[in-house]
Amino acid sequence: MILELLKNDRGGRNLLSVLAIVAILVPVCNLLIPADNPLHISTYSVTLMGKYLTYALLAVAVDLVWGYLGILSLGHGAFFALGGYAMGMYLMRQIGDRGVYGNPELPDFMVFLNWQELPWFWQGFDQFWFAALMVLLIPGVVAFGFGWFAFRSRVTGVYLSIITQALTYAFMLAFYRNEMGFGGNNGLTDFKDLLGFSLQSDTMRVALFVASALALAVGYLACRAITTSRLGRVAVAIRDAEARARFIGYRVEEVKLWIFAFSALLAGVAGALYVPQVGIINPNEFSPLASIEMVIWVAVGGRATLYGAVVGAVLVNYAKTVFTGVMPEAWLFALGGLFVLVTLFLPQGIVGLLKRKEASA
Amino acid sequence: MSGNLLREGLDSVRATMRRDRVFDFMLPADNPRLDISHNTLLYLEDVSVSFDGFRAINNLNLYIDDGELRCIIGPNGAGKTTMMDIITGKTRPDSGTVYFGQRINLLKLSEPEIARAGIGRKFQKPTVFENLSVMENLELAMAGEKGVWRTFRARLDAAANERIDEVLELIGLVSERRRSAGVLSHGQKQWLEIGMLLMQRPRLLLVDEPVAGMTHQEMDRTAELLTSLAGDHSVVVVEHDMEFVRSIARKVTVLHQGSVLAEGSMDEVQNDPKVVEVYLGGD
Repeated sequence: MILELLKNDRGGRNLLSVLAIVAILVPVCNLLIPADNPLHISTYSVTLMGKYLTYALLAVAVDLVWGYLGILSLGHGAFFALGGYAMGMYLMRQIGDRGVYGNPELPDFMVFLNWQELPWFWQGFDQFWFAALMVLLIPGVVAFGFGWFAFRSRVTGVYLSIITQALTYAFMLAFYRNEMGFGGNNGLTDFKDLLGFSLQSDTMRVALFVASALALAVGYLACRAITTSRLGRVAVAIRDAEARARFIGYRVEEVKLWIFAFSALLAGVAGALYVPQVGIINPNEFSPLASIEMVIWVAVGGRATLYGAVVGAVLVNYAKTVFTGVMPEAWLFALGGLFVLVTLFLPQGIVGLLKRKEASA
Repeated sequence: MSGNLLREGLDSVRATMRRDRVFDFMLPADNPRLDISHNTLLYLEDVSVSFDGFRAINNLNLYIDDGELRCIIGPNGAGKTTMMDIITGKTRPDSGTVYFGQRINLLKLSEPEIARAGIGRKFQKPTVFENLSVMENLELAMAGEKGVWRTFRARLDAAANERIDEVLELIGLVSERRRSAGVLSHGQKQWLEIGMLLMQRPRLLLVDEPVAGMTHQEMDRTAELLTSLAGDHSVVVVEHDMEFVRSIARKVTVLHQGSVLAEGSMDEVQNDPKVVEVYLGGD
């Protein structure tokens, strides 16, 4: 089954091989090799790489709807952040009475706001299975509801992009409000444990890294399964000639709706793995700028290849880490410049460049 | 005064209780099977539609027999494309009835439902899925379940492959099967599009200006293709190119200002004084 998916997909095979190697080597280099050995990988780096992998999964989700379905979503950050918040709520409940105010029921920010009891929508988040379910369900359902209205009214192209942007912006404004009950502009932070294990321990960091690698691999294969199926070909057909696809008898709205919701679900998983690794989730993750950055990752890597999105996400974020260390004020200029250059000279992204090299060689 | 009121009241009761309308809900469900026992596949009766006061179609009556090849000609603005739009559900007429066979009321069906009922349309400008191969284009166009999950699980079975080969043969693109549709020549794209229609096993094919922009060779090939399709399918061709129409036509309908001006063989139509006046004489 998996082999069949990767039969004509060299990029995907390379990606999964690298992921497998990294998922084995990194734990070994971090946990077994002593810190003074040059081969040792610091826990800081492990977490950083884990973060890149969650971004990569997010980029794959964006590529699925943009590259194959032609929906330029400028609001995928919303689904990422919703998944992150669901995980964050679970982590908040895990703090228990170890918070600053020592309230066993209420998270610190609620005590600070003089709330007397847990709001109804926080119920159940003390259970991991419930939180995990919500990580999948909430982004999926929000995307489904959004898509239901947007696709049925046949909003397409740049108008749809603008609406997705408005969606994430609306979420941002809402989550900034203290009354919403999600910690306002401070968001959720000060996490202690995940499943009873300390988030600060090296083993936990490595475990989260491996889980991210695994999630990326599974997410990639799932997207690959969609794009290589007839449904994937229908998606491409919709991207290129929507009216024609509808005329042949495909329910364009439904195809868009389900693939969009699935993509949102993947983005939610990425967010849920992201939050315990960076230790905070706040409404900034909803900012339209964040969502635009995701699109740039995919554009830089190469649209409609899936593995290109991974390459783009990792490279751009690595550049961001380096850049913001050296000259933080220039990063946005560099990012904007990169987007312009890629659009003008590398319409197929880095992956496209490599393919062209190969073809001419 | 009160007599008037009474009469109005009675009228409205009569209108709601019309004997042929009472118990509407007990009528058989729509979208029944195609019934062509009277050998007529398509009925357009008293169809009118206007856009912003302009009557694009004006009391049009048109009948297409099962298996016939019909050419429709007429000057620009005669309503040819609007007529196609009405049959395929893209435009709704202001009045009139459109039936597919004896039973299927096309005015109650949506565009995809009409396509599924067995009416295929080839547009003026060829639109094939350029990034998919010729085979994949045919695969997507295949008749069958088109729900999201079914499409995701769908595999090409032997019968489907056979059908694709059959159609590839028919449209003469066997050696191009693995090439992406974007690199085909203009004529090949037109044939591919006709092939995509055939994959849906339609009873009625609507073909809008199939030979616009084609070379003479391609035209001959298209004429051959369309005539070979008639019989198994009813084919309605809208075309400007008179030479082409003469080469394929058995029966020609001339549209003018939204209604039928003349109908008959090419010779009859050409010698009809009305036609000569409004159309052929204009040249």
